[in-house]
Amino acid sequence: MGKLTFSIGGIHPADSKIARERKIEVLPLPDKVYVSMFQHLGAMAKPVVAVGDKVKAGQIIAEPGGFISAYIHSPVSGTVKSIGPRKDLAGFNQMHIEIAVEGDEWAEGIDLSPELVTDIPEDKAFILDRVKMNGVVGLGGATFPAHVKLCPPPGKTAECLILNGAECEPYLTSDYRILLERTDEIVVGAAIMQKVLGGCRCVIGIEENKPEAIAAARASVAKLGYPNMEVAVLKKRYPQGGEKQLIDAVMHRQVKSGGLPIDVGAVVQNVATSLAVYEAVQKNKPLVTNVLTVTGDCLPVERQHNYLFRIGVPLSFIAEYAGGIPEGAVKIVSGGPMMGKAIANLDATTVKGSSSILYLSGVTERKAESNCIRCGRCADACPMGLEPFLLKSLYAAGDVAALEQNAAQDCIECGCCQYSCPAYIPLLDNIRQAKGQVMAVIRARNAKK
Amino acid sequence: MTNTIIWTVVILTVLGLLLSLVLFWIARKFRVEEDPRIDEIEKTLPGANCGGCGFAGCRAFADAAVKAGNLDANYCPVGGSDVMKKVAAILGCEVSEAAPLVAVVRCNGSCAVRPRTNTYQGAQSCKVKAALYGGDTGCLFGCLGCGDCVAACQFGALSMDAVTGLPVVDESKCTACGKCAAACPKRVIELRAKGPRGMREYVGCINKDKGPVARKACAAACIGCGLCEKTCTHGAITVADNVAYIDASKCKLCRECEAVCPTGAIHGVNFPKELDKEAVKKRIADRKAKAAEAAKAEVKKEESNG
Repeated sequence: MGKLTFSIGGIHPADSKIARERKIEVLPLPDKVYVSMFQHLGAMAKPVVAVGDKVKAGQIIAEPGGFISAYIHSPVSGTVKSIGPRKDLAGFNQMHIEIAVEGDEWAEGIDLSPELVTDIPEDKAFILDRVKMNGVVGLGGATFPAHVKLCPPPGKTAECLILNGAECEPYLTSDYRILLERTDEIVVGAAIMQKVLGGCRCVIGIEENKPEAIAAARASVAKLGYPNMEVAVLKKRYPQGGEKQLIDAVMHRQVKSGGLPIDVGAVVQNVATSLAVYEAVQKNKPLVTNVLTVTGDCLPVERQHNYLFRIGVPLSFIAEYAGGIPEGAVKIVSGGPMMGKAIANLDATTVKGSSSILYLSGVTERKAESNCIRCGRCADACPMGLEPFLLKSLYAAGDVAALEQNAAQDCIECGCCQYSCPAYIPLLDNIRQAKGQVMAVIRARNAKK
Repeated sequence: MTNTIIWTVVILTVLGLLLSLVLFWIARKFRVEEDPRIDEIEKTLPGANCGGCGFAGCRAFADAAVKAGNLDANYCPVGGSDVMKKVAAILGCEVSEAAPLVAVVRCNGSCAVRPRTNTYQGAQSCKVKAALYGGDTGCLFGCLGCGDCVAACQFGALSMDAVTGLPVVDESKCTACGKCAAACPKRVIELRAKGPRGMREYVGCINKDKGPVARKACAAACIGCGLCEKTCTHGAITVADNVAYIDASKCKLCRECEAVCPTGAIHGVNFPKELDKEAVKKRIADRKAKAAEAAKAEVKKEESNG
């Protein structure tokens, strides 16, 4: 198989994977953790503990607030100190459970041993139940509850499970590190999901700039010998790890506007999700840890780290442990430089989907916007085939009907348009708003039906 | 040559006359009967087509008003009661006198009192900013300062103050059409009664955070302490969700709330004299002392009676 890639658009930012050689270190526990009730897509979780309760690590502390929602577990053992609003990284108030850490005692039934368990349970319902009860969500960024994605709606079958190891965002190396250090577990996780989906084909997609990870994954797949599983090399191109782009690259199929990946027989899961599924099913360990990269262009390589952190540890604690905010940093971002969110509040806590603390220097500051020169670069760069300049103008004109006609709702918010704009027009900022307006109109129409 | 010219003129003239007859006949035959009052009302209206009344423009307003036959549900905020009286005269109905309104910015978190915790570099639009994050200060509720309201105003009544970073309303130009209030994603702008000679009291803050949190974010925040509510003798002030609100219809403009507010979140505008806080506080203290004495006397009286 040659190098695979998606068919239209895309950009080639410098990959800047400076922290790639830094091994995963275990982050120590802070005095207090703050567990957000809003760590997944869908409805907010509902706390099931009260102030003063003693909790153990891995114990359920919140239950799903709806069909699309997830269980949340205590990442540490200790006492619940408060339940109430606290500011998240964007500065909005969200419900958090504050837990004072006392020791490190785990709930019963959780296997913490490092031995690899390769025997996959036969019962599908058992596997799905474990995935659900252990609060596994998609760790590729959208934090969509994993058990929902693993149950295709009736009448639809999965033909291919794509494991996303592209990690196309510059700087981030957490997926790369787990692909190197926990390869076997990821492959077993993939086999588990393969089984749930009815024994479909499984493709582990990894970008070409990670040859060691590709070699490790190939060796592991050959060693463990699960059927119908292969490793595919993807071209280094952003947004290779986008769900629809990955399906296009691997299966050469396009998801139509408003459709879901399952419509074309695809299920996409991140490699970190696969690891979480492995831990949930084989070890009965809830999703309370994840790997996060501390990196940036103004941080010397010896101060960059990949940490295995407990979900709920404040970002400020990690930043301090890693040596504080480096000189010359003007932006702190959670996630990659393309799609990540600026951290407006470093006291905010980590969530299931946290993937990095990224320090960026002044060169990344936005430049003054000038007029559109109609060069069309944004339209060339858009991997969804949209015309960002047009969408921006239509948004300014407030023409929601025309926005829908021009498929503003299909925007995946990858930021390629804004990255390629020579006039520094904040295209994505506007299109995101436009998308919101169109989605509201579509939802209202569907609700009427 | 001369012939050609003559013939051209003659033919065109005859043609013109014939066609005008046709047009005249069509205009008569297919005439749409329209209430002449619609035109009349439209001429009376300001013609700004701002949509402040809730209709697509002045013509639509006139149409709706004539159809309804009264002005109960229709009010032109731009023209105000003067114009509405004229419209009522055309329709031959009564008009309920509505108090003139004006846009009021209910945020006093200027750069000086509200420390910035981060800098924003995204698209300069309050809507975009509000969707992205909580704002570049510790206050989640206040003005974001990108000027969506200024852009929305069709009358040039709003401008951004470079020093405070807050929008300023030019009362002489404001028509209370409500466009700015609708454009503000934080709902900072309120349409309030203009008050006699423009005098009015209002709370310049909508921060619903608890006192200490609000105060940390902004030195001029309403901390919901309730002093104003306790002081007000007219029952015009209510504190809900940690923020005070003054009911303009009950406010008697005594300015006592303004004097007692510990953070200076209550503002009085267009008063002829500057507020002498000490004098007002003394007045309140005297009144309270008198009331206490009266209560004591009452108790004694009752005791002697009993």
